Amino acid sequence: MTREVLVTGIGIVSNLGEGIEAHLAAIDAGRPGVVDTERFKPYLVHPVVPLEWERQIPKKSDQRQMEAWQRLGVYAAGLALDDAGLKGDKELLGRIHLICAAGGGERDYQVDSQVLTGLPQAADPGAFLNERLMSDLRPTLFLAQLSNLLAGNISIVHGVTGATRTFMGEEQAGVDALRIAKARIAANQGDIFLVGGSYNAERPDVLLVYEMAGLLWKDGFAGVWEREAKGGGFIPGSGAAFLVLEAREHAEARGARPLARLTYVCADQVRRTPGAAGESLDGLFAAAAAFDPRDGLVVSGATGVAGITGEEQAVLDRRTGGARRISTGDLFGNMLEPQFPAGVALAAALLHRGDARQAAVTSVGHARGEGLALVERI
Amino acid sequence: MAAPHRDKHGRPLVVVTGMGVVTSLGEGKADNWAALTAGRSGIHRITRFSTENLRTTIAGTVDFIPAEPFCAPALSEQLALRAAAEAVGQAAIGRPGDFPGALFMAVPPVEMEWPQREALAEAGGRNGETDYGTLLAGARTGRFRAWHELFLFGTVAARIQERFGTKGSPISLSTACSSGATAIQLGVEAIRRGEVQAALAIGTDGSVNPESLIRFSLLSALSTQNDPPEEAAKPFSKNRDGFVMGEGAAALVLEDYDHALARGAKILGFILGCGEKGDGFHRTRSSPDGAPAIAAMREAIADAGLTPDDIDYINAHGTSTPENDKMESMGCLAVMGERMREVPISSNKSMIGHTLTAAGAIEAVFSLLTISEGRIPPTINYKVPDPTIPLDVVPNVARDAKVGRVLSNSFGFGGQNTCLVFAAEPA
Repeated sequence: MTREVLVTGIGIVSNLGEGIEAHLAAIDAGRPGVVDTERFKPYLVHPVVPLEWERQIPKKSDQRQMEAWQRLGVYAAGLALDDAGLKGDKELLGRIHLICAAGGGERDYQVDSQVLTGLPQAADPGAFLNERLMSDLRPTLFLAQLSNLLAGNISIVHGVTGATRTFMGEEQAGVDALRIAKARIAANQGDIFLVGGSYNAERPDVLLVYEMAGLLWKDGFAGVWEREAKGGGFIPGSGAAFLVLEAREHAEARGARPLARLTYVCADQVRRTPGAAGESLDGLFAAAAAFDPRDGLVVSGATGVAGITGEEQAVLDRRTGGARRISTGDLFGNMLEPQFPAGVALAAALLHRGDARQAAVTSVGHARGEGLALVERI
Repeated sequence: MAAPHRDKHGRPLVVVTGMGVVTSLGEGKADNWAALTAGRSGIHRITRFSTENLRTTIAGTVDFIPAEPFCAPALSEQLALRAAAEAVGQAAIGRPGDFPGALFMAVPPVEMEWPQREALAEAGGRNGETDYGTLLAGARTGRFRAWHELFLFGTVAARIQERFGTKGSPISLSTACSSGATAIQLGVEAIRRGEVQAALAIGTDGSVNPESLIRFSLLSALSTQNDPPEEAAKPFSKNRDGFVMGEGAAALVLEDYDHALARGAKILGFILGCGEKGDGFHRTRSSPDGAPAIAAMREAIADAGLTPDDIDYINAHGTSTPENDKMESMGCLAVMGERMREVPISSNKSMIGHTLTAAGAIEAVFSLLTISEGRIPPTINYKVPDPTIPLDVVPNVARDAKVGRVLSNSFGFGGQNTCLVFAAEPA
């Protein structure tokens, strides 16, 4: 038995604004993402728009228990539940399965700086480290660092308490979250899922991880396809995206408004030798049902990292030539875990308003992982 | 050809054909089982780092396996490699480097640690006031390229994928202290969908370092009864005062029953049921009525096509925290009824500590060994019974018993509750 899987709710926040309409408006206006070149100079980030947290996270005590990446995710998850008409239905919320794609690890920069400043002078560095961390770390910071506490906070704030799982692994976590949710609905292993992720790029500790490998784009804003010639790199972006996925029968029974049909999600992860990422993505297209470029559009998650971006471009030219192409990296940078869910969200919304009949959404992770989704207009 | 085997819900049956385990008690099933059934503790004083100024100075670290550069992801990878090699070797499935199925892997959340921050600060020209600007300057030297990959969340699983040649996109997951059970559950679901005929499910955790210990300590989750170390973890005892961190890994080769039969594999046991339920009560505390844990246990038993009366033994989550053990006891009594007073329930954590991300997978291996060996590992350090926990906790000494079906519980921070049912035979 295989069941149809529908997208019935979208929640998204990024530098372009809050909600799917703000994102469609930016796409229509050809408005590029907002780039902050000063705050983390020489690094660029796409900062998320300011949000009124209490609109989705009513309790101040809940807001305080979270760091930015979690608040963004809980906020976008709330938007998706609103959009799907699920808020307030306590019984149904308690049955919704949740798959989050998450990183974590938010730091207390002041504590870290004090420790690093003090360590060279410490007579006993181990004892000094223990003493400082024992007295300076906020006990609840741990809960803002744990990857699975995005899901935990969504359970607490929104009452989504079916099965809750968290996938990790950068861009590919977002691909696999959608892939597994879709497969489970299709195989009758669950009727309704909330799937997505969040990312806070405005953190020096995450910039640090990517800068160690020289992967951050520093040379003023340029579109993802134009960076290859100058060494490539990505611009991290803050934001979050969540989708409500639902079996068609379930959506119809509760009178939900379907936005689009998710027909295919596939992923692979090959060793990244030159050409391998392109071959992998090409293989995903080959295994997918036909994509017709004449009435289709492409939502690419290309990062701008050298090599793999050109490989993806060649595959898209060959497989989707002529189709309108939207690059999420130009809209909100690379949001890592939520990038693919955000791409699928944009595709579903564009199809829903009639821009095309079918969309292909791609992901070629900056370090590993390749994914493809096909979305269809209903 | 014979009709394919199906469970009571009409789904493919899932069996285990290979298992591997590493804990502070040793490497491999044989050493672990011998120690576990002898009631030996792997908890000891921490020597890996200074414990000066710490309230807890003990853990079940795995100190006999090297990792370079020493950090949680590197040790977690080494532990997983060894457990997986034992499991895949026992299953004798596929060819070396060509595992014919998917990888589902519970890994601890990854982050840079203090020795690496120190190295970056040095490279960044630390001179007095040091902040993330200094670290970023260190990063720009280009001397730390390999650490980018080391500190990505998906790297441990990617390296296991490369080594064993698992197929498709490997899943790295966290459901906190129930992660190992969730890895198994994802594998069971994939086989039931007919998506794969085999899966490698792994839970690994090598994250006992100063900061991770301090984090749990600041939440008052850890035992502070450091002396003697081997007596600190005392699940279900009245004087229990917190868990003891442990390290380890376990790997299980999961297979479609018919696939295993067709290739003549030895069946180590069946995974009949999985249950899970989120809890929106609190970030670290369970619902006081235990409702989500109860729902997860009931779902696992129903998913297995069984009733509570069919369960012979419960492999407890049993962390040794005041709250968990009370809630778990109450939950088991609610699910199993009065019969629960006679159903043996024991906690491996009394000996290996709480192996966190790995716990659900390690306890799955021990549950299946309990079935095949007909011997229940004890809950050690049970000297002061808690009158509010009227259970047979298999106190202090292992017990011979015919065990056909085991319920294994895993509960975690963030409202995670995952339960699995293992059995010698299909329901």
